[in-house]
Order: sequence, then C-alpha cells, then structure tokens
Amino acid sequence: MSGAAALGCGDAPVLRERGQREVFCGLTGIIWLHRKIQDAFFLVVGSRTCAHLIQSAAGVMIFAEPRFATAIIDERDLAGMADANDELDRVVDQLLARRPEIRLLFLVGSCPSEVIKLDLSRAAERLSATHMPQVRVLNYSGSGIETTFTQGEDACLASLVPILPREAPGAGSSLLVVGALAEVVEDQLRRLLEGMGIADVRFMPPRSALALPPVGPNTRYLLAQPFLADTARALEARGAVRIPAPFPLGAEGTTAWLQAAASAFGVAPERFDDATRAPLGRARQALARHREQLAGKSIFFFPDSQLEIPLARFLQREMDMRLVEVGTPYLHRQHLAEELAMLPAGTALSEGQNVDRQLDRARAARPDLVVCGLGLANPLEAEGIGTKWSIELLFTPIQGYDQAADLAELFARPLNRRLRLRV
Amino acid sequence: MQLTLWTYEGPPHVGAMRIATAMEGVHYVLHAPQGDTYADLLFTMIERQQKRPPVTYTTFQARDLGGDTAELFKNAVRDAHARFQPQALLVGASCTAELIQDDPGGLARALGLPVPVVALELPSYQKKENWGAAETFYQVVRAFAGPSVPPPGTTRPERAPGARPRCNVLGPAALGFRHRDDVAEITRLLAQLGIDVNVVAPMGATPADIARLGDAEFNVVLYPEIAGQAAAWLARGFGQKATKCVPIGIGGTRDFIHEVAALAGVDPAPALAGAPSRMPWYTRSVDSNYLTGKRVFVFGDATHAVAAARVARDEMGFTVVGLGTFSREFAREVREAAKLYDVEPLISDDYLEIEARITEAQPELVLGTQMERHIAKRLGIACAVISAPVHVQDFPARYSPVMGWEGANVLFDAWVHPLMMGLEEHLIGMFREDAEFHGDAAPSHLGHAAFLRPEPEPVAAAGPLVWAPDAEKEVGKIPFFVRGKARRNTEKFALDRGLATITVETLYDAKAHYGR
Repeated sequence: MSGAAALGCGDAPVLRERGQREVFCGLTGIIWLHRKIQDAFFLVVGSRTCAHLIQSAAGVMIFAEPRFATAIIDERDLAGMADANDELDRVVDQLLARRPEIRLLFLVGSCPSEVIKLDLSRAAERLSATHMPQVRVLNYSGSGIETTFTQGEDACLASLVPILPREAPGAGSSLLVVGALAEVVEDQLRRLLEGMGIADVRFMPPRSALALPPVGPNTRYLLAQPFLADTARALEARGAVRIPAPFPLGAEGTTAWLQAAASAFGVAPERFDDATRAPLGRARQALARHREQLAGKSIFFFPDSQLEIPLARFLQREMDMRLVEVGTPYLHRQHLAEELAMLPAGTALSEGQNVDRQLDRARAARPDLVVCGLGLANPLEAEGIGTKWSIELLFTPIQGYDQAADLAELFARPLNRRLRLRV
Repeated sequence: MQLTLWTYEGPPHVGAMRIATAMEGVHYVLHAPQGDTYADLLFTMIERQQKRPPVTYTTFQARDLGGDTAELFKNAVRDAHARFQPQALLVGASCTAELIQDDPGGLARALGLPVPVVALELPSYQKKENWGAAETFYQVVRAFAGPSVPPPGTTRPERAPGARPRCNVLGPAALGFRHRDDVAEITRLLAQLGIDVNVVAPMGATPADIARLGDAEFNVVLYPEIAGQAAAWLARGFGQKATKCVPIGIGGTRDFIHEVAALAGVDPAPALAGAPSRMPWYTRSVDSNYLTGKRVFVFGDATHAVAAARVARDEMGFTVVGLGTFSREFAREVREAAKLYDVEPLISDDYLEIEARITEAQPELVLGTQMERHIAKRLGIACAVISAPVHVQDFPARYSPVMGWEGANVLFDAWVHPLMMGLEEHLIGMFREDAEFHGDAAPSHLGHAAFLRPEPEPVAAAGPLVWAPDAEKEVGKIPFFVRGKARRNTEKFALDRGLATITVETLYDAKAHYGR
C-alpha cells in the first residue's frame, strides 16, 4: 500500500462529457435524510414530477406517512391567481397542524420553483418567524438544474451550518464527522475514535434537530462522504478546519481516514495501532473471502453518487479489480486528492455524461460489472452485462471496518449470482 | 398549491412515455431538466423491461438556462434521430421545460428530418399521467391514421362474402395493470368468435400499424382511460363503433361477448358455451360460504374499480361498503356505479382522505392499488391489488390476466388469498387461548404473518454466558429478521472460545467469523 502517490491519478486527464445525464436530482437525498434526522420534515415545493420521482426512487411506498411531502405547484400559482407565498404558508400551516412533532422543516426547492424564481429563503425566514421556537424552517435546493443526486445532501447539510451553535469560548479541539452515515456506523467510528483518546466527537447531520453540534475555530472536521463541497465551504466560513483524508471505505480507507484524525489530534502511533488492530484484522480476514471472487474482474462506473472514485480505489487496491472507466457526475479535486493519488496511473476517469456514448463504451469493453442507476441496470443485464445499482450504496451501511466485507459483498453478489444460475 | 404525500398518477409526460414505450419504431424526445430521467426506472425496474424506454431527455441544467436551451433541444432531436432511426418522433416538454416555453414541436419540425414529428402539448400543472397517455395516443392515432380518413359521407364498404370480421384492440400500454396478459386473453376470446384482430395499439404497434387502424370494422376499447379519446376520434373519422363493456368478471365477459358479437354480426353462442371458467363453480362451492357478506372497499382507476365492485357483489357474494377512484376524468362513471351499491362515491387523489374513508368503513377486504395495500397493512386489513399505480409485484411471471374467463379465475384466487380461510376463522373463535390462534393472528398460510408477532425472548444460553449491556444494545440495531441468527451465532462463537462475556467486539468478531 506504499508508493501509492507515485502511481496516482492526481493530474490525470479526465474525459468531460456533455450530453444526456442519466442521474437522479438532489431531491432523491430526502429518501435517506428524512430517516436520519428524526424530527425533521422535508417539504418539496415543486411539481407532480417531483412527488412522483421521490416515491418512485424510494422503490415502493413503504411508509404510510413519511416525513416528506410535496407542495405541488398548480396553474393557479403560475397564473398569479393565487399568491404562491400565501399558498405556501397555508400548506405549511396545514402540515404543522397535522405533524406537531416536527422541530425542523426544510423547504426544498425544485426545478419549477427555481425557474419561477420562488424565493424559498425568504419564505423560510418568514415561516421561521411565525413558527419559532416550536419549528425552525430552513431551505435548500434539490433541483435537477442545480444538483445531482447526492448533492442534495450537500445542499441540505450546508443549509444547517449557519444555525449550528457557536463552540464555547475556550473550548478544546473537537472533531466533527460530516456526512450522513448509518447509526451503526456512527457508533463504531465513535468507539474507535474514543478508543484512541479523541473524546469530543460529533456527527453531522445529527439524529435530532435539537442536538446540533457546535462549530468554531477549534473544530476540525472530517468528511465521511465525498460529495460535500458546499457544506465544507460553509463550515470553513465558521472557522472549522478540514482534515484531509481519503474516505472510510474498505479496510485501507478506514485506516487512512482514522489515521488522518489521529494525526490531527496527536494520537500516539502505539495507541492508534492498539485501537485499530483488532477491527482491521477482522476486516482483512472478512475481505479475503470476497477477493477470491472479485480479483481480476473488470468494473465500469457510470456517474451517479460521487462515491465512484473512493469505491474504485477500494475495489482496485483491496479487491484487485480492474478499472475500465470511473465516471463521476462531478470531480472535486481537492476533497478527492488523497483518493486520486491512490488510483493507478492511467485510470480512465470521466466527468459529466453522454449516456448513449458511455453505453457504447461499456458495450465495447464488456466489463464484468457495471455500477449504474436503476434506469440502466436491467437493460444492461439483458445484454449480458452484470450490474450493481449505485443507489444501494447510499442505503446500506458500507463505511468502516466492520462493513468493509459487506461493501465487497455488494459487488460480489451479482457475480456470484451469475455463476449459480443455469437458466 | 396542494399538499401531497403520495401520488396516484405521475405527470402527463410519464403517460406519454407509457405510449412511446409500448409502441415500436417511435422515439420520444423530451425537453426536461437533469433528474427527470428517473422515469426510465418505472419501465426498467417496475415492469422489468429489457430495453431502455425510447426516450431522449435534454437534461438541461441551470447553466444552460442562461444560454440557448432551444439549441440544446434541437441537437438532442438530431442526435436521437441519427442514433435510433425511428419511423416517427414524438416531442414534448416536462413540467420545468413547459415553463421556459421553447416550443419543442416547432423546433423539431424546423429541422426538416425525414420522419413525421408528433408534437405533444401536455399541460403539466393541470393534468396527470392517464390524461397524458390518452392525449398522446390520440395525437399518435390522428397523426398516422388521419391521412386515410375517407371524405365525410363515405359509407363503410360491406365486408367481402366469406371474410372474417376484423377489429382493433385499443388501450394496452406500458406500465398498465396486467395489460400484457389481458391482450392475450381477449385476442383468444375474439378468435373463438371468429373475429380477427387488425391492430393492437399502442402495445406493439408501429406508426405503420396505426396508419391502418381504419381497416378494422370496429374497435375493442379495453382501457377507456387510455383509448377512449382515440376511439371517439376513430368513430368520427372511420365510422368505427367501439365497445363499452369491459370484460372483467364472468358477467362483464358475457356482456362483452354479446356486445362484440353484435358489432361483428356473429353468433355469440360458441364463445359463451360453458363459460370455460372455474370461477362460477368455485364461488358456489360450499367452501366459499365464508365469503358471504364480507365487507369490501373498492378503490382504483375507474374501469377496474367499477368492474371490481360488480364482481365483488355479484360473483363473490361480498358487500361493497365503499367505491372510489383517483381519476377525476371518470368521476361520472364511478358515481353512477356507486348508486348500485348504495355507497357514497369517493372521488379523490388525496391519500390521507382515502385512508380516513377506509378506516371509517371498517372493511374486511380492500380491493385497491399499491397505495391502498399500505393503508390496509397499517390497519391490519386484507388487501388485493386491482389497478394501477403498479409495483413490481403486479407484473407476475405467470400468465395472469384480469380480463376474460381466465381473468375471472385470477380474480377469485387473488381476492380470496389474503383472507383467512373459513375453518381457520372458526378455530380462532374456538381456541382463543391457543398460542397459534390468538386474536391478533394473521392468516396462517401467509408467511409474513410471523412479522406481526413480537420477537421471541432470547434463548438463555447454556453456562455462564453474559451479554454486556453495550453488546445487547448493539444487537438491537440488527434488523429483526436476522437478529435471532446473529444472536445465536455470537453465542456459539463465544461458547466455542470459552468467553464469559459477550462484548460488542465479540459480536463483530463473530460476524467476521461467520461472514456470509
């Protein structure tokens, strides 16, 4: 695992494409965010398409009364027959009357609300003034014209940053882990960090809107997800300092991520080794089983979640897979610098998309596995190319040592299935 | 502005996609922002289509709005034509593109491509999916069959002596509830009557097929929500009559056969002979006695809801306690039907209102859509799905029509399955104290019944094995359906190693040990 920098992709050329992008918009993030912040509600101000997207992307209508809804704009709002702001106030009153447990309400902008220039930040201020202290109202955009898939989480978290409490004067250094993670993963990471003596660890987003982590110049933050450009900027504006690190995917990635925190907090190497030895050992042991199946297999990433580069790094370095093309909707060179340095030189990177041309490249390369969105998976399977849905990677605990093998298994399962089937 | 949790219908351009995807040889270029491509998954995931829908999206972003989105659209049309070589192009806008008013129809025509262009104007802020499907099918029919419309006053030529009557079958589309199998069933029924099918549309039809719709003598309209408007135009243009009866249930199928036989001038007797369905006997069998008077609440698209209510009362012996639809375009039909059952019709697409009405009606069975399935699950009521909106489960691998004789069999099975069988009901009445027959028991033949029961207490491990509190908490985070296995594996792992206390570390060591 040494000498990675010499092999890196830091300055590698990137194929930039502009054509049809087969990606979700940022509204999709609501599907996991509304489960994560348990007293928050997400009200999309948009069209019937927005409502239909969220319920379709959620797969099935699982929850009788979820913590999200859509205020559907109709022709009366557009024709000026109704004042859109009055209508929005009415809908919010109706919602809050029905759901008194809501403490934080996000007004989520959409393509139509952006195009008609409905000012949701002013609406949020106005509604906050009416409903505080019971309910705080924030806004962000999840529109497709502004955001791609996971950028919706970025926009949501960035909107939270200004309301984070200021850290107490004279507070010691604290660590803020940023990016939605499964609760089981948060608990594991917290135990590991505490085990090496980093006591003041907070997570963002918090599980409750009432438990916002404080932020200030003594806050060091560590990104747990690679798609948080705006959130990072907002945190830095509050004085927080980023700890550069690769992302906690795989045994190596998790170790490097923890190591970055340990170095920033001056943890002694022995103490770090003591804290990580056992989980690192069992992660490696559990990964070995999947390496047999994945080693030498080729993989092609369609752009979707911005997790593509860290995943490619994990699969190439720890699972010995061959990278055919690594597509990402957006390449944040600074946040991904450590990841890019670990990719083999010459890796084919692409940013943006022209889906038809990318499908041509995938068909020509016939990789063993394609990571793509739900719209493309079955058509590729029908052509005999194995696929892994990228959205599953957002709904499954995959970070940290004890999930490393689960992550590998997500990629091994479709290959395993193809080996079993005789029909 | 309307507060909406769940929607019964997508936007109208999704209706247009259902037509384009059902047809062959057409391509739909949709002016739409990035993200609207989600609609592809409806077809590839829910319906398990093996091909991508024939749709190209412009996927414009904010930076394009300042520039020339019209040029972006023209390039997308040109590229789509070059790559997919369709026989015809459909063009239109989704909700956001409608606001920027680029005129997709005008732009596409100006390109002078060598194929016809059908411009779709689907007002996203007024209309919904089924309307969009009907309007798109109508525009397609008008565009391709229009040139063959005879001059006004022309009478239809008589059928040649000895020739078989011919009809079109209209309405089956992509993402429809059992459309694939209904078409097969009804085509078979028509063949028994000696009637040939000229064209099935939109499902499987090319623009050239649409152009010869006028060759048929009459139209069979299977799904009025989708084909009603086109059939009305065909009636005006070609003098083709259209069927009104929907062949769902034994009675519905009989009425349909009589109607079709009259339109074709053939004898209905061969197709009616013996009514080759098991349903009439099954429902008369003594075993079905327990179905008598069961209270059912019916909700769906108008066609399926009205038909289901009739089957429920007349063929299953149920009592209809509610009838409604989410399609306002067909409210009149549902209101008429509701009078037959002496119930207040429910015309609404407000999920919460429908939930409230179902709760109030206290039915024993809900016949609804996937949305009502969730309402019923929450209320602990049995439910069978009778209508779109659909879910992957509504595209079964087996042949499973809801129309015709076989369709009646399917309805009987599908509606009886979620109910508790008669004898089992008695056992619960008799043996309330029995662990298996307690009051909250679900039908025993349904596997998920087990999910309703509380998790059994952890089995006390042999020896001095103790779960540390944090490990106990951690194991609680594991999904309940695998929790028992995780607990057993961890205890075995600890016992094998002579550990006295199970810590979080032990839990994960065991997880790594057993792996998958």
